[in-house]
Amino acid sequence: MSCCGAPPDLEDVDAVSRLVTGKLAAFLRTLRDSGFAVGLAEGQDAAALMAAGYAERPGLLRSALKHLLAARKSDWDRFDGIFDAFWLGTRVRSRSITTGAAKAANSPSLKNLPSQQAEPRADAAAAMDQVPSIDGEDIDRSGEGRMEGASRADNLAEVDFRKLADPEQIELAHQAAAQLARAMRTRLTRRDRARRRGYRLDLRRTIHGNISHGGVPISLVKRQRKPKPLRLVVLLDASGSMSMYTGVFLRFIHGVLDEFREAEAFLFHTRLAQVSDAMKERDAGRALDRLSILAQGAGGGTRIGESLQTFNRWHAARVIHSRTCVMIVSDGYETGDAALLGREMAALGRRCRRIVWLNPMMGWQGYSPEARGIKAALPHVDLYAPANTLASLTALEPYLARL
Amino acid sequence: MKSRDEIARALGDAGYIADGELAIAVALMQQLRRPLLLEGEAGVGKTEVAKALAAAHATELIRLQCYEGLDQSAALYEWNYQRQLLSIQAHRGPDADAVEDRIFSEKYLLERPLLAAIRRDTPPVLLIDEIDRADDEFEAFLLELLSDFQVSIPEFGTIKATSIPHVVLTSNGSRELSDALRRRCLYHYVDYPDVDREARIIMTRVGGVGASLALQMARMVEGIRKEELRKVPGVAETLDWAAALVGLAVKDLHDAPETVHETLMCLLKTQEDRRRVTREVSDRLLGKVA
Repeated sequence: MSCCGAPPDLEDVDAVSRLVTGKLAAFLRTLRDSGFAVGLAEGQDAAALMAAGYAERPGLLRSALKHLLAARKSDWDRFDGIFDAFWLGTRVRSRSITTGAAKAANSPSLKNLPSQQAEPRADAAAAMDQVPSIDGEDIDRSGEGRMEGASRADNLAEVDFRKLADPEQIELAHQAAAQLARAMRTRLTRRDRARRRGYRLDLRRTIHGNISHGGVPISLVKRQRKPKPLRLVVLLDASGSMSMYTGVFLRFIHGVLDEFREAEAFLFHTRLAQVSDAMKERDAGRALDRLSILAQGAGGGTRIGESLQTFNRWHAARVIHSRTCVMIVSDGYETGDAALLGREMAALGRRCRRIVWLNPMMGWQGYSPEARGIKAALPHVDLYAPANTLASLTALEPYLARL
Repeated sequence: MKSRDEIARALGDAGYIADGELAIAVALMQQLRRPLLLEGEAGVGKTEVAKALAAAHATELIRLQCYEGLDQSAALYEWNYQRQLLSIQAHRGPDADAVEDRIFSEKYLLERPLLAAIRRDTPPVLLIDEIDRADDEFEAFLLELLSDFQVSIPEFGTIKATSIPHVVLTSNGSRELSDALRRRCLYHYVDYPDVDREARIIMTRVGGVGASLALQMARMVEGIRKEELRKVPGVAETLDWAAALVGLAVKDLHDAPETVHETLMCLLKTQEDRRRVTREVSDRLLGKVA
């Protein structure tokens, strides 16, 4: 950026270049606010490009900066819009600064939102509870009092999550779910390591170590293959009919994913949202708050088929490989097209190693899979299990370990 | 090669019809000395970019195909163990140090693509294909190599690059790449070509196709891409199909709807897609091709 030769009036040029640099810095700030990963080196290169004559032609500059500053498809698609708004908006200066300021003012309040949300969340959940209990009333009643194990003992492990009313109990159940998830995670990885023993010969180290034997490989150095982590993709139904379970499942999934490097999570109700980032938040409370915001706007039924279609179309290629287990947590009350759900399940089944469908309602005595969605999906599911109590969650472990 | 038009022309001479933005990306690669990361669906011609770039620079193309479990010995260098063992046996002596010095010398070093790429006299084009298939660890290692352009071999010492290669990385998005790598690279998203460009690609690559036939083919393929398919045909498939039609001496798609439908197997690669595009569908699509 300081490549000007010996211009007549140094002060003037300095002033101009300072102006341009300042403007560029503001632009980079705008990009960072919009989630672009722009570092110092990129800023320097951008300045160098502007000095190298790209600045004279906006179209060229836009394209050049796009290549330099975008890092993924989503950046790539948004860049032109941001660039135009910033640089080409008429009387650029004032407008761009106001957008920048608005962004800056917005983002802290967005960040504050989750913590403010923490309290009202319970209310929101309660409000959501009432909605499904109207349309799913008869099912609710038929399940009541006949819960398997509920009468045996007042043991938390056996209590259906939706029966937990008292906040303390809920907190206990959440903690237990998180603990269980953690234990499962360590056991799963340990088992994996013990099972896969690679024994390829490491020739390089062997030769190096045996020079003193005249090159006769006496002491062999072997190589252990690093255990490849299994990947878990969770699709969680956050619709109204699931609201009694959503909380505890979020906690459980957060626990399982926490340190799993290879994990992705999605929420769906009428549409699909990727929530992996929120799930990987270390603090469970913060993660749940972020998620509860994403989960809101539910109601109006569950479009499992459409959500799966979105998943297959836009996310599957990236998040699924041959050692992936897809875990769907849903009651299977499909309000969309059940045939579509069947088709998309088939497509999903072809891609991944295994599909686990957890249905909390399955734990209710006398429940038979009559929901249209479940019927269409079942032929493609490898494991269909209840997940309404801590005990039933524990029962999943051996299955996941075999993956 | 300086201006964007010159670059576009050079790539065109090498058989790659570039859009304007890609030419800018190539210009930036040279100016900023950054690697170029190409993302896009399978079959849009990402690898071809590197090949054309090598041809345009009149330099060598060194290709590293990534896969799960790719490690340094396959990507960077390896010792020639057989020769080392032979040498140890042949020169049996009391001095182990001398033996060690000898067997860990240049003579016993096998170059793999990455090492080869930084030791050429003229900068080659280094194509790191499908980087998303390699492990995170390899990606981190690659990042280091791409910023320092030097390699340290424990038994041998540090090898500095004699020339900085033009690096092109491609990714199909089967795994999310690290932010660090993305930031280091210039990014270009390769999309399916529009009708005009695809027609030009057909004319360049397949002999004996006139402008109007190429345009018809490109429009037909565009129509097929808009259908709900499991596997959307890429540019390579288009070229196969064009070659098939030329081989069958088709001069105008409207004259031979039967042949068009039968040769669609060049474009549709799954049973399901094949069944979905019935004769009615292909006739309808053909009807839209002016």
